[in-house]
Amino acid sequence: MPDPAYRAAPPGALRVEPLGELTAIFDRRSMQTHLVVSPMPEILAAMGADDCDAATLATRLAERFDIDGDDAVQPILAERLDELAAMGLVARA
Amino acid sequence: MRHGIRIVVGPVQFRIGSDWAEPIAALETLYRGYPQDDSRPAEATVRLFAARPWRRWIRPSVHIGGDFVVPDALPLPLSMGLLAAEMGMNLQVALGWRRHMLLHASAATKDGRAVIMSGESGSGKSTLAALLGEGGWRLMGDEFTLIDPASGDALAFPRAVSLKNEAIAEVAAQVDPARLGPLLAGTPKGDIRHLIPRADAIAAMHEPARPALLLFPRFGGEASIEPMGEGEAFVRLTEASTNYVALGEAGFAALTRLVRDTPAFGISYPDSAAGIALVEQLWADAAR
Repeated sequence: MPDPAYRAAPPGALRVEPLGELTAIFDRRSMQTHLVVSPMPEILAAMGADDCDAATLATRLAERFDIDGDDAVQPILAERLDELAAMGLVARA
Repeated sequence: MRHGIRIVVGPVQFRIGSDWAEPIAALETLYRGYPQDDSRPAEATVRLFAARPWRRWIRPSVHIGGDFVVPDALPLPLSMGLLAAEMGMNLQVALGWRRHMLLHASAATKDGRAVIMSGESGSGKSTLAALLGEGGWRLMGDEFTLIDPASGDALAFPRAVSLKNEAIAEVAAQVDPARLGPLLAGTPKGDIRHLIPRADAIAAMHEPARPALLLFPRFGGEASIEPMGEGEAFVRLTEASTNYVALGEAGFAALTRLVRDTPAFGISYPDSAAGIALVEQLWADAAR
């Protein structure tokens, strides 16, 4: 299965404000507000400056959180990355 | 326009023009106790005009115009000219105001702190605010509350309160009849009667208040209190704000701050007395 790489928004483009269970994200480029739930904020925080695919992300998140870096996680992260790309919060590299 | 009036409500200076004398005379009565500053330029303009010149005399109907126009706004019969003026004023503020974040919410204040009540039409937010304003509170507004993006403070917009249907008799029983406007029966929103806010609410309308309690009232059902998380309050208030999108990041910042700093609750209540009791109960905790 292909694992496309994504790139995080440039520094300063997003204003991320946790509001309890929801996280509000203001995209300064589009002036749009996005409301997301976990694991979207965690994914954005783990993206880093370089291109990042679901496999890399799974490894990073496994290091930070108590989740297994097993095969089940990667396809879920791939879906979430695709959704973040649809919102314009990350871009296909 | 043949007839006109200027009215200051909170931070907004209105200029209202009309092809007919009646709506302006009604506004003069409702707003006679409001401060006048004719030298200040108008920030919102409302025009009530006849569809055709001859319509001014023959079966006259009022069209609402201004800086912002809703194309399919219904023309209203002249007997409802006052309602047309109110709708026009609301529309100009809702669509045109940029200096503050505008919430479709009522508010009342005590000791420099404010309870803000947001809800759909029929939620009773207007009646609750009006009744609080007749008690130990200062009415800030029954329809709009403005949030200053810089300070986070709530600012009052104490237009004449628009009492609807059952609320008319309930409030009328408590106030001096001289503070009530004419009964507008059978409008598209039901029966409407305006209440002139108490003199202290008008005199202090430029005094900001710090938001201390956010309520989302729902009329009907047993009295209940439901704590609301920051995220849900944020979502509801973006929906209740008419200019959130237009304000961009300033609106985002103001709203995130508001929901973080202010406890929020959904409340249900079977009648006004129960509603007021819930507000007072939650206020006692929030104001501590």
